[in-house]
Amino acid sequence: MNPFLDPVGLPHYLLVGAVLFVCGILCMMTKRNAIGVLMGVELVLNGANVNLVALGSPTLYPSGLAPLGLDGPLTAAFVIVLAAAEAAVALAIVLSCYRTLATIDVDQANQLKG
Amino acid sequence: MTAAVLWHNVFFWIFGLAASALAIGVVVSTNVVRMAVCLVMSLAAVAGLFFLAGAPFLGAIQILVYVGGTMVLLVFGVMLTARLPAAAMRTNAGQWVVALIVGAALLAVSWQAGRGLAAACARRDAGGPSAADTAPANQTVTEFGLALLGVRADAAQSAEGGNSAQRPGYLLPFELVSVHLLAALAGAAYLARARWTAPRQPADDIRSTVAE
Repeated sequence: MNPFLDPVGLPHYLLVGAVLFVCGILCMMTKRNAIGVLMGVELVLNGANVNLVALGSPTLYPSGLAPLGLDGPLTAAFVIVLAAAEAAVALAIVLSCYRTLATIDVDQANQLKG
Repeated sequence: MTAAVLWHNVFFWIFGLAASALAIGVVVSTNVVRMAVCLVMSLAAVAGLFFLAGAPFLGAIQILVYVGGTMVLLVFGVMLTARLPAAAMRTNAGQWVVALIVGAALLAVSWQAGRGLAAACARRDAGGPSAADTAPANQTVTEFGLALLGVRADAAQSAEGGNSAQRPGYLLPFELVSVHLLAALAGAAYLARARWTAPRQPADDIRSTVAE
């Protein structure tokens, strides 16, 4: 079992997707910078996209029997659009927070604490 | 089989390792600018994985939307947090050498690709088999665009082959996501609108500074 000579298959792509997902989760948990949290969200969505594309890939399944088929890339396209919308709204919130609190440390934004 | 190089493997390991390592770099780095640069390169490597997995349109979208959007994140990060010393803006000799090597490599690749494209066009004009005739059908954007309009070309093919799985089109989600994007951008513009009085600063101070 030589990982450099055996053909790359679905598990390899899923592993990269899992690494991106876990890195995004860690980034969201550990960063105190609001921009850093936003980058973690982008990484998580991107890891999901890798999985979707790999599951619908025509090159990994040349017989045309990919588990998702064309649904995989199409769903990934919707994820990209929603990620763009989410980034725009999140940046606006960060900017508004910076104007109000003069910081983007997420621990300082505790105005809603009861 | 022993002599043949599996180019799919080679490029998968390059792009996959780059994407993973740069994602880890995003987590461990504490500098916002460095994090953003790592994120941009990680997203670009994932775009390479998309090209490799047979989704070239999605790879192009990834570079256009995601990498471009993350550039905006980078600018925001620099504006809001980073306190860069002015000396860091100067480029030293080693960076120039690396930049020239990367630029020369990119130019060589682009030139080679352009020559191949010109040769393919010449072959097609001469009546020979063109790349468009020999390329598999899934390398085109046609199925993708038709599915967004509610027509599933691949479903029709699989139905002929006996697999009569119902595969719906994506016209309604496409319309929904369009309206969603419009609403989100309008909301973002409203949230980030410029206010004339900053809360931390009394209005009198602003008027006096403007008068000066």
